[in-house]
Amino acid sequence: MSTTSAVCALVFVIGFVLAGGFSHISWGFLTEPILDMGREGGILPAIVGTLLMVMVAVGIAAPLGIASAIYLSEYTVEGKLTQAIRFGINCLAGVPSIIFGLFGFILFVVMLGFGWSILSGGLSLAAMILPTIIRTAEEALRSVPSSYRDVAASLGGTRWQVVTRSVLPYALPGILTGVILGIGRSIEETAVVIFTAGSAVQMPTSLFDSARTMSVHFYILAREGISNDNAYATAAVLICTILVINITAYSLMHRLMRGRKTA
Amino acid sequence: MDRFISKLLLLAACSSTAILALIALFIFKEGVPIMAKCGLTHFLFGRVWAPLDGQFGIFPFIIGSLCVTFGSLFMGVPLGVSCAVYLAEFAPKKWVNVLKPAIELLAGIPSVVYGFLGVMWLAPIIRDHLGGPGLSILAASCVLAIMILPTIVGVSIDAINAIPKNYKEGSLALGATEWQTTWRVLLPAARSGIVAGVILGMGRAVGETMAVIMISGNATTIPHSILDSVRTLTANIAIEMGYAVGDHREALFATGIVLFFFIMILNTAALKFARRKF
Amino acid sequence: MKRILLLACAALLTLNMYACSRSSSRTITLAGSTAFQPFAEKLAEHYMQSNGSQRINVQGGGSAVGVQSALSGSAQIGMADLLKLPKEALVLDATVVARDGIAIVVNPANVVSDLTNEQARDVFSGKISNWKELGGADASIRVISREDGSGTRRSFDTLVMDDEKLAKNALFQNSNGTIREAVASDPDSIGYISISLVDKRVRSVSYNGVDANNGNVKKGSYKLARPIYFLTKKELSPDSKKFLDYVLSKEAQDTLEKEGLIAVK
Repeated sequence: MSTTSAVCALVFVIGFVLAGGFSHISWGFLTEPILDMGREGGILPAIVGTLLMVMVAVGIAAPLGIASAIYLSEYTVEGKLTQAIRFGINCLAGVPSIIFGLFGFILFVVMLGFGWSILSGGLSLAAMILPTIIRTAEEALRSVPSSYRDVAASLGGTRWQVVTRSVLPYALPGILTGVILGIGRSIEETAVVIFTAGSAVQMPTSLFDSARTMSVHFYILAREGISNDNAYATAAVLICTILVINITAYSLMHRLMRGRKTA
Repeated sequence: MDRFISKLLLLAACSSTAILALIALFIFKEGVPIMAKCGLTHFLFGRVWAPLDGQFGIFPFIIGSLCVTFGSLFMGVPLGVSCAVYLAEFAPKKWVNVLKPAIELLAGIPSVVYGFLGVMWLAPIIRDHLGGPGLSILAASCVLAIMILPTIVGVSIDAINAIPKNYKEGSLALGATEWQTTWRVLLPAARSGIVAGVILGMGRAVGETMAVIMISGNATTIPHSILDSVRTLTANIAIEMGYAVGDHREALFATGIVLFFFIMILNTAALKFARRKF
Repeated sequence: MKRILLLACAALLTLNMYACSRSSSRTITLAGSTAFQPFAEKLAEHYMQSNGSQRINVQGGGSAVGVQSALSGSAQIGMADLLKLPKEALVLDATVVARDGIAIVVNPANVVSDLTNEQARDVFSGKISNWKELGGADASIRVISREDGSGTRRSFDTLVMDDEKLAKNALFQNSNGTIREAVASDPDSIGYISISLVDKRVRSVSYNGVDANNGNVKKGSYKLARPIYFLTKKELSPDSKKFLDYVLSKEAQDTLEKEGLIAVK
């Protein structure tokens, strides 16, 4: 057992060493615009583009996903309808990213006329991370012991009150795991973003602007062989961003759980 | 009021099915004509993919996708589940607080980074020590296994943690060792959660495009060993979609349809397997 | 709980700020050749320094995407690095803005240093399958090629392959950079990339006795080169025309030369 986890640890260490070892980051790198095909300057536009796109994606997928999970776990019994919905979720989870990219391109970029934009990218990403959030949220909700629900119901609460006041707080850590996984997925997704948000190097000034995310920037730098140093530096910044998001989310979670324990 | 909320939630729940239906609509609309023109069996089992000559056999890519996916599950699931068990049950709290976020961090590393590192480090190692071009099923499976690890581990840990304490305490009280408790009581109880994680991971592996393009070599022939290069269904679509027109473009959408059914079959099989153990 | 709500509100406000401003309608979009994309971005960057209100977006996708987006109007300028433009592109205006050479590259450890036209064709089509047939080590040749829609690939097909098909067991990568990585790490491989991307990790072979460098391309003795086209519709907007003129100006052409391409003047 410990050897397995040791192997796991080794994998992570390798991952981190590789990522950290490639940092040629300076503070200028983080705050300057992209210059000279990416060879010089910084990656500020990519950082902003990434953050905006993730906010759009999670802003849409999280409420929708958690609502779906609540419905599936609290409001229905297993039947034809839920089976159909679950089937839909499972299949959506398996749709390859390239198809989300094509779908996003046809629907958002062309048909709805948003063009290559952060909005198109965020919407396509939302569709992609929805199943992850629903699945994990539902598991989290299901794991809440029925005693919680029974007690709240017996005190006279409506279904909605039972859910929001008793069940949801208990399930929050698990739901948060799903959201974090979703955030991670949106940040690192490249194919969908290139097809729907394009790869403009300028700082985006509106959600309708094309922008590139850090992973797209890395992809282009590495792929065309422009600057391996900057490419890995971008990857390192990306990993740090996720680290920051994860740490924030976890500290929030700890605070919630502490609050719950005293309640 | 409660009725209203209930209807609202129902709408939300149906959203994912609605999105799926939309995607299916687009893809089927574009892809079905070529399947009819070319013949379903010829499309699925034809071994020659030469779009400029009008030949659209995707059998090599089906094999490629299957090999790479199962390879990654073969490596990723045991590693992931045992890692999750360790972190949930046996590891000291301090380690867990570091390792679990660390694993979730891995999920955020772009697939293109993994792909590039694979081309630079993994492929040469495979080539020098095991032979073949290095850009192979083995390389792709390894990289994909690492990529789906966070999903499997994360969801499994939550599933195991969610088991009420009395399961474990009851089993230990009956005299079982920790190991027996884990293997015979906790894992089966957490089964639905773990399977959910594995299914998500499997979906991710089948659908991965960028990393696979970089590291699997993209040869259009049927592989004979795990050291051979392959092209997956997703890689084929991504590589050629940018410039395909007419029949070629329809054939790529038809490949998408095949991927769809692929996923559906895999999912149903996995769920059946999950349920049968009881 | 309050903190989460605060964070969420802050996020919503930021999004609002961005959502309410529509991007300027004076955006020029270029799309197409991935080989030329970085150079186009550099030129766009210089151009925007002196034309602040003009916004230029450069997308990739491959030369074929360049043709299609120029035709469909999703890009004002399509970039294509093709030797021969496909017939559907004939309704567009094609302006050559640069030239780029293609170098056949092998791993530095490989002793083979020159290939004739016939040898190159036979290697890439699989007829010659072992390096010892060319005076190299006894190892089977691994061919790495670009994908079908790449301008580099199509030009290579026309110039070298002469309608012969690529080897059945060829590997494919979808960019110059990854081909370079693959060849740099595999002693038995052979591939082709833009001359501007050749560095010390790979070695270019001379073609018919002529070294692969820009000087020889300009002289005309090195035959593997292709033009880079800007494809535009006949009704070109004044903004796009201004940018096109800039790209053909001496300043821009000098920049391209410095970066490893070949100017057209």
